[in-house]
Amino acid sequence: MEQVWEKAYNFKEVMNKPERLAGGHRMCAGCGGTVTVRTVLRALEEGDKAVIGNATGCLEVSSFMYPYTAYEDSYIHNAFENAGATLSGVETAYNVLKKKGKIKDNYKFITFGGDGGTYDIGFQSLSGAMERGHDMVYVCYDNGAYMNTGTQRSSATPQYADTTTTPAGKVSSGKVQVRKDLAAIIAEHHVPYVAQSTFTANFKDLYTKAQRAIYTKGPAFLNVLSPCPRGWGYEPSELMNICRLAADTCYWPMFEVIDGKWVLSYEPKNKLPVEDFLRPQRRFKHLFKKENEELIGELQAEVDRLWEALKKRCEL
Amino acid sequence: MAVRERLSGNEAVAYAIKQINPDVMPAFPITPSTEIPQYVANYIANGDIDTEFIHVESEHSAMSATIGASAAGARAVTATSSCGMALMWEELYVAASNRLPIVLALVNRALSGPININADHSDSMGARDSGWIQIYAESNQEVYDNYIQAFPIAENEAVHLPVMVCQDGFITSHGVENIMLVEDDKVKEFVGEYTPKHYLLNADEKLAVGPYAVSNYYMETKRGQRQAMINAKKVILEAAEKFEKMTGRRYGFFEEYKMDDADYAVVIIGSAAGTCKAAVDHIRNTAKKKVGLIKIRVFRPFPEEEIACALANVKAVAIMDRSEMFAASGGPLGAEVRAAMYQAHCKAEAVNYFYGLGGRDITVSDFERVYENLEKMAETHIAVGMYDYIGLRG
Repeated sequence: MEQVWEKAYNFKEVMNKPERLAGGHRMCAGCGGTVTVRTVLRALEEGDKAVIGNATGCLEVSSFMYPYTAYEDSYIHNAFENAGATLSGVETAYNVLKKKGKIKDNYKFITFGGDGGTYDIGFQSLSGAMERGHDMVYVCYDNGAYMNTGTQRSSATPQYADTTTTPAGKVSSGKVQVRKDLAAIIAEHHVPYVAQSTFTANFKDLYTKAQRAIYTKGPAFLNVLSPCPRGWGYEPSELMNICRLAADTCYWPMFEVIDGKWVLSYEPKNKLPVEDFLRPQRRFKHLFKKENEELIGELQAEVDRLWEALKKRCEL
Repeated sequence: MAVRERLSGNEAVAYAIKQINPDVMPAFPITPSTEIPQYVANYIANGDIDTEFIHVESEHSAMSATIGASAAGARAVTATSSCGMALMWEELYVAASNRLPIVLALVNRALSGPININADHSDSMGARDSGWIQIYAESNQEVYDNYIQAFPIAENEAVHLPVMVCQDGFITSHGVENIMLVEDDKVKEFVGEYTPKHYLLNADEKLAVGPYAVSNYYMETKRGQRQAMINAKKVILEAAEKFEKMTGRRYGFFEEYKMDDADYAVVIIGSAAGTCKAAVDHIRNTAKKKVGLIKIRVFRPFPEEEIACALANVKAVAIMDRSEMFAASGGPLGAEVRAAMYQAHCKAEAVNYFYGLGGRDITVSDFERVYENLEKMAETHIAVGMYDYIGLRG
């Protein structure tokens, strides 16, 4: 049987599906998080019911401000660190109520968290939910810092980024550490599906990965680079270009881990230098001072190292 | 026929869970409540019930998943103690403000630090402002009975609040006592099917739970919770009346023990009431003094007027707290009872005692000395201060 994610991708058709995140929410122009949510929810088959979960963050406070919700589906926000556990409870309730014949419809379970709520404070709750095998999708919209509270450093923040808690200064070059590789960590939970994506030209990569995540039985994790214009310092209109540069510099590799097998989704024809990704962003501005040249070299070396390691994992 | 059994308090709660067969139980082990999920897991493993157990990785996730399950439309329960409840703290408030009728079996244990596994009420008393109904027990029988009554209270439309069913760690949780069990079908009938009106998985109506509510809505939410707490008083008494018809066992907001003619009263919560009753009997039989006891069963909603009324004619009262709150007034029960007495212009002298913190024993002779002190206070009108200690080493 052909799986939903194996169907030919028709951009026009996909974009014409009804929106499940209504307009009028309060997210910023040029926000990647909202694009991630819309693309992932679009991957639900029309007619399929869903419960959407959400960790506290920009997305939650901007899309469900009482008494208005932007979601066309049932939705639950609980707190910052427990999107995984909360949806575990919803999904378990579904299973038992279905078994007892109290509900008849089919539901899918998708939860969204920013990198702060996913890599850091919600890490344990996410790990538990993945390990227990709930049939749900956890989507991290990774913008590389605590954006809702004003761009504080998270463990997803790239090295040398200027954040409000790792400011570049006279004796500081921004964040000291490299970012945590969360997709690999969740893959080590031996869940059936993990993928890393972002939105490139026609949204095919994220859309089909979301389909696969939603329609694969068991826990799935999507890590989606979702730029933040305020935290990163780019023009809102540059959103898609930033994502493309993240992919083409191999700063943000796109891959899948399907039942433990690593598959590379995209290999740029011309791998661009990482500084092409860094240059349009205010958070890396300090790296382009003369005295910091070697830091860009360090970042390039780290990108190259991870890229080679990923290709090895994908047996390329 | 009701069945006579010998069960620990933990077994009694687990047995009630078996009879009720809730939909979902997320739980995490912590002494002394661990046995409850263990027993339930055994019932599930043997096909006695079809509750779904979620093996969460922490108590924070236990309450988070319980909230998720309850919001989804399931009857959801959990159990914990002490630091486990402390880790749930944030979620206790979320459960209450979302108006989810969760039932939590709390086996009271002292909060760290220093780490201590024995009974005191610092866990639940710390959570007294979280918006949960709190019902306490003296004996295993009461734990069992309270647990069953918790469901129709929590799920009543006028209430829709979570309920904490509290018992003293080890003293009742692990102590085995004779207990009368209600027949399975009667329990099921008493508790009824859970049929929520609004829930996430309702095909006819979508629902959004857990909004961001700014200052133009937050205050009304809290007032709504207070109204539910006010409404709960009537519902608690109705549940008790129905339960009495079924079992013959009588419950209210509190138990009055030999209070009809009492000059000197102790107000207390939990298992130590049994010890105090022995002191009351001994004093009445030997010294012929008019002493009595009020044992609080329902701490939230607090039966303020009823307590003041029960203390209207006493000369002196000792309010006993098994948890510290470092307030100038003493402990939490002391503050509540004194406020009730002040508002009702009660004339009685009052003192607040700390006792039994971290499981320190309290004996019949300790209570006898309490009543002696009350008699002195009533005569001299000299109180020892706002609070004092029982059993504290010098």
